[in-house]
Amino acid sequence: MSSAHTKTEHGHTDHNYLNHGSGIWSWMTTLDHKRIGLMYFATVATLFLIGGFFALGIRLHLAKFGAEPLLSPDTYNKFMTFHGAIMVFMVIIPGIPAFLGNFVLPIQLGAKDVAFPRLNLASYYIFIAGALIAASSMIFNQVDTGWTFYTPYSTAKTSNGVILLVLGAFTMGFSSILTGLNFIVTTHKLRAPGMTMDRIPLMIWALYSTSIIQILATPILAITLLLIGAEKTLGVGIFDPDLGGDPVLFQHFFWFYSHPAVYIMILPAMGVISELITAFSKKTIFGYRAIAYSSVAIAAVSFLVWGHHMFVSGQSTIAGIVFSIITMFVGVPTAIKLFNWISTMYRGTVTFEAPMLFALGFMFLFTIGGLTGVFLASTGMDVHFHDTYFVVAHFHYVMVGGTLMALMGGIFYWFPKMFGKMTSDLGGRISWVLIFTGFNVTFFPQFVLGAMGMPRRYFDYLPEYTNLNQISTVGSWLIGLGFLVGLITIIHGILKGEKASDNPWGAKTLEWQTSSPPPHENFTTTPTVTAGPYDFR
Amino acid sequence: MSWSSLIPATSFMPIQATEIAKEVDLLYAFLIIASLVSFVILIGGMTWFLIKFKRTSVDQKSAYITHNNFAEFLWSFIPLVIMMGIFYWGMVIFEKLRTPPEDIAAEIHVTAEQWAWTYRYANGKEFYSSANDPMIVPAGKATKLILTSKDVIHSFYVPAFRTKQDAVPGKLTQLWFEPKQPGEYIVFCTEYCGTKHSGMMIKIKAIPPEEYAAWYHAEKKGADTPADLGKTLFAQKACASCHSIDGSRIVGPTMKGLFGSNRKFADGSQAKADENYLRESILVSSAKIVEGYPPAMPVFQGQLSDEDVANLIEYIKSIK
Repeated sequence: MSSAHTKTEHGHTDHNYLNHGSGIWSWMTTLDHKRIGLMYFATVATLFLIGGFFALGIRLHLAKFGAEPLLSPDTYNKFMTFHGAIMVFMVIIPGIPAFLGNFVLPIQLGAKDVAFPRLNLASYYIFIAGALIAASSMIFNQVDTGWTFYTPYSTAKTSNGVILLVLGAFTMGFSSILTGLNFIVTTHKLRAPGMTMDRIPLMIWALYSTSIIQILATPILAITLLLIGAEKTLGVGIFDPDLGGDPVLFQHFFWFYSHPAVYIMILPAMGVISELITAFSKKTIFGYRAIAYSSVAIAAVSFLVWGHHMFVSGQSTIAGIVFSIITMFVGVPTAIKLFNWISTMYRGTVTFEAPMLFALGFMFLFTIGGLTGVFLASTGMDVHFHDTYFVVAHFHYVMVGGTLMALMGGIFYWFPKMFGKMTSDLGGRISWVLIFTGFNVTFFPQFVLGAMGMPRRYFDYLPEYTNLNQISTVGSWLIGLGFLVGLITIIHGILKGEKASDNPWGAKTLEWQTSSPPPHENFTTTPTVTAGPYDFR
Repeated sequence: MSWSSLIPATSFMPIQATEIAKEVDLLYAFLIIASLVSFVILIGGMTWFLIKFKRTSVDQKSAYITHNNFAEFLWSFIPLVIMMGIFYWGMVIFEKLRTPPEDIAAEIHVTAEQWAWTYRYANGKEFYSSANDPMIVPAGKATKLILTSKDVIHSFYVPAFRTKQDAVPGKLTQLWFEPKQPGEYIVFCTEYCGTKHSGMMIKIKAIPPEEYAAWYHAEKKGADTPADLGKTLFAQKACASCHSIDGSRIVGPTMKGLFGSNRKFADGSQAKADENYLRESILVSSAKIVEGYPPAMPVFQGQLSDEDVANLIEYIKSIK
């Protein structure tokens, strides 16, 4: 963030966290969780633009509008790799927890800061270091493995840039673990007087469950990535069959992290949605306990389903069947959440400002993503769909349609608290219409492409897939335009937005009971909690 | 099935070239209908509430409803039952896809590499092909592929057969299919394998069984079948000093009737002797020691090529 934001619009206002210190140095050395959250925002937004550039490049190439291919096969494979690696490791995983979580969690708990503020700042710099290391692989020895780094391709058949990229992901993993640790301790130790565990907002339950996954699963990724490095530099022979290793072992290790990581991406999004639905329905959330415990249940089951990525890898039939049935169990807590959110609207008084539109968009897209997940969890069905565009469509609906919709909704929702100003509601709505429409135009045809048999990660394809690919590409421009409008709306809000009241949405959680923007230590007097978080009586 | 033809969605699927493809598509049609119904319930319900409970005045009050145990039980239990049904249905199909029938009409060793497939028939016919030579198989009869890879992981995917299997270096995997009609079917590589991943296509050409028999026996390439080559190697490596071929017991287990039999191991576990078991036992015999025999066999890892191993396996299969 630039120091310009620390100056106040009208020459003087109350003392708040934005003007608590001035100058770039006061931001870079800040221990304030709110400022750290905003620094993550700026970083993640920048990385998102880079990842989005690669996405548009991929789609433009696949539209085949010119006589000559836009990209060479090798360039295409690199675009595909960087798009995936940046979006997964640097945007969607840290997006909600590190940015929105950091900003919101302590205020919602009525705490002055996270439990370990210095560690929080260190986590940010570790993330930056990891991102820089990973980004350097874009310049030196570019990588073409895909973000999954499957062996032995990654260890034996491609450039040494893989080492930089996995080292970057390894480093960012520490940031993820430390943030998770910080959130867990904060949730347990720093709740305001009267805030029992069944009075914490559902956003916190979601972040708490996410943190457990981050702490338990990320070390597995770290070790796996180190083994890739060791395999490549020392030839230790864990994954290389020529040295007696097993290439499929890598997939077990990788998905043992990366499947839970899917829930690191989606659980915080569900937390955001719980906040938005209740605030814009002006009604107590339906089934608080069910939503809270279903987050924990999803976190727990997420560790037992990794093998569903490997139904055709050569693992035994019985393993496939066991992973299939456990995967089906994930559908239940997910369905519980959807039903609860919808029931929350029943006999509420619903309004449709931009954050609510994003929440509704989330429900729409996530429902499609979730239902198509059942197709893939079914073994007999998955054999046909595995590694086709059906999978691409499915996980974009879940991860992008879900997480990015929630992230956008969360930004517009907490924006008044962050900056003490309002964004243009019209700007937010236009952004939503473009992203939502563009998203469906881009990814729905990909379900059909997958059913027709088009494999993923293809530089070129059969002529019968052309039309659907072109429709998909047009949709991707709409998404790009939608995010551009969103960005302009946000920047306009920061610079010229109207002054926000302390509680513009009339929400009940603690962050709305302090001033906008909050003072340096969140509350001038420590709040005392006497009721649940959504008490709209 | 009549109800599945009500929706056009299955028409997006490739042609149904096998019986299993029909079964997969039936499940697919069911899943689409079930998804549409669920979607209408969820999103339709949401939309209805949004319209009905839209805020109309500033001081409007919402109802105070915290939970409803009966409703919550229902919407947890019903999805669970439906998903268990889908799981079971998928499992039945999966087992059919994964279990080759007893009577296999053609058995082909398929080796993947960047960016081509090689296929070798039991009589020594061999094709190195990226796109020109189709894989010839008999129509109306079962073909079994034994897959491996020379370099990175590839995956053998036949959309028209709704089946797919990774080809993993250092390991043998298998895939089977029975095309109902003569015709040409496309094969994709679906595990990302580098620069020309999307160009790694071949065709499977199913021809009538009589034509297949004629083709199979005509213009035999080379004098020796893989089994013949395996027999020579068996002699060269002095395998016969420990393994009889007539069923008598010497140092190690006999080769007679070994393939497809059930093996009991010293650690109490057991397994069926398939290609992968033979491969592992030849290369690293200590991996599974047959009950009642000493762990005496030397390690051949690094001394035999993948092709040598495939030839030995074919020879062992022929000792019945």
